[in-house]
Amino acid sequence: MSMNGALLEVRGLELGYGRSTVVEGLDLSVPEGAIVCLIGANGAGKTTVLRGLSGLIRARRGAVLFERTDLANKPAHRIARAGIAHAPEGRQIFGEMTVSENLAMGAYLSPSKAETARRREGALARFPRLAERMRQRAGLLSGGEQQMLAIARALMADPKLLLLDEPSMGLAPLFVDEIFRAIAALKAEGRTILLVEQNAHAALELADYAYVLETGKVSIEGPGRELLARPEIADAYLGG
Amino acid sequence: MLGQQIINGLVAGSAYALFALGLTLMFGVLGVVNLTYGFYFAVGAYLALLAAGAGAPIALALPLAAILAGLVAVVLDFLLLTRLRRTRAPELASLMVTLGATLFLYSAMSALLGSEIRRFPAGLLDNGAFALGAYRISVGQILIVGTAVLLSLGLVSLMGATRTGLAMRALAENSDASELMGVDTQAIMRRVSFLSGALGGAAGVLIGLEYNAIAPYMGEAMTLKGFAIIILGGLGNIGGALAAGLLVGVLEALTAGYVSSVYKEAVGFLLLVLTLWVRPQGLFGRPGARRA
Repeated sequence: MSMNGALLEVRGLELGYGRSTVVEGLDLSVPEGAIVCLIGANGAGKTTVLRGLSGLIRARRGAVLFERTDLANKPAHRIARAGIAHAPEGRQIFGEMTVSENLAMGAYLSPSKAETARRREGALARFPRLAERMRQRAGLLSGGEQQMLAIARALMADPKLLLLDEPSMGLAPLFVDEIFRAIAALKAEGRTILLVEQNAHAALELADYAYVLETGKVSIEGPGRELLARPEIADAYLGG
Repeated sequence: MLGQQIINGLVAGSAYALFALGLTLMFGVLGVVNLTYGFYFAVGAYLALLAAGAGAPIALALPLAAILAGLVAVVLDFLLLTRLRRTRAPELASLMVTLGATLFLYSAMSALLGSEIRRFPAGLLDNGAFALGAYRISVGQILIVGTAVLLSLGLVSLMGATRTGLAMRALAENSDASELMGVDTQAIMRRVSFLSGALGGAAGVLIGLEYNAIAPYMGEAMTLKGFAIIILGGLGNIGGALAAGLLVGVLEALTAGYVSSVYKEAVGFLLLVLTLWVRPQGLFGRPGARRA
């Protein structure tokens, strides 16, 4: 899907670690208000793509156009300032800090205290479980609660684009449902999301558009529901 | 006698605590073993000496020395460690680089300023003392304790109640996640270097005042003591560093008073070894907790 006026337009992106190239010649676009999903096997490079987009690793080649400005090779804090929030793989919450302080870190760039308070209210309305745990050390939360905190923390930035990396990984089924309900709610509110998921079925159901990544390249792309119906997708990613 | 020893121990201990505070901040937030820290201690003492020699009162010499020592720390951190951080070099690399740099810096300082022991000019401090019942506490000692309390409270409230402090604690835990929140981690690292260098420099001035002896290598023994204190207190634990600093100060004074001053320097390390046998996380550390 190449679309003029997409919020995020990635062209020819190459990423890697040391001497190994993980992602090569990646083209991808995320229109405003859409949920775009990236699926693929373990090691296909999905997490690397998100790390490249948020600046945690440097792009070797290519452009990352966000609102028509190239963010490739900008440091991560500058990319955050531009309006991209990344809830990374493994949650990466600040375990030694309280839930409340984690949310405060999410709003690090917030322009005012009133705005931060408004966002905090929104985050706690979305995840009421967190409200009961505000003074607790985040490291003591359960896995599902930590994932909610990671998403809530990213939303505290009030981002124009939200990058979610494997939000359902390692969670109990009950929490998986809750996380996907939260993502569906974000979609209904018109948030723009780039979602990386191993739970391909749930992700494709939600996605307006999806890319299948195979060894660092896009092998198939199309609207989420369309991909769900394709036999080759079902065989490889939906458990047959 | 006992009470007086404890008072003297608390005075020296509060300067130790201040020194350990800067060290634990540097280690906890920057995540590197930086041996140049002892150099800032000596730099602080010498700068105060120079300022006092030029006629500055202690109220000017002390903050000036601390601020300049902080700036020296920022420059040295940038020169020595930027490259290592970028390549995510192992901790042993920073240990060796800063060890080499420290040896060089001490030698250069001795060559430049001489290695003999120097003293603050007479009359820098009021010679008076206050009586607290049977005990006496000098104006110099009050200055030491007052400065240490003020700076520790300042640091604790900075870490606990400000946006910069929050970012410092976040950085101590997870540098990538901090960047994702929009924290310019390089800028925060410079502030941490400055603060820890300034704390080390201030501690150098205070210890120089307490013992009235300043020499280039004064930072070397202090660095070892500082590491013993922050390990006792639990690495990266600010409250632990303060408490362990006071404890070591008092134990040293009691050892000097009741056993022999020969063993004074060893008592902190003895305590360290005994503690690590029983509680590997330090006296105040949480098991499994890492930093700050």
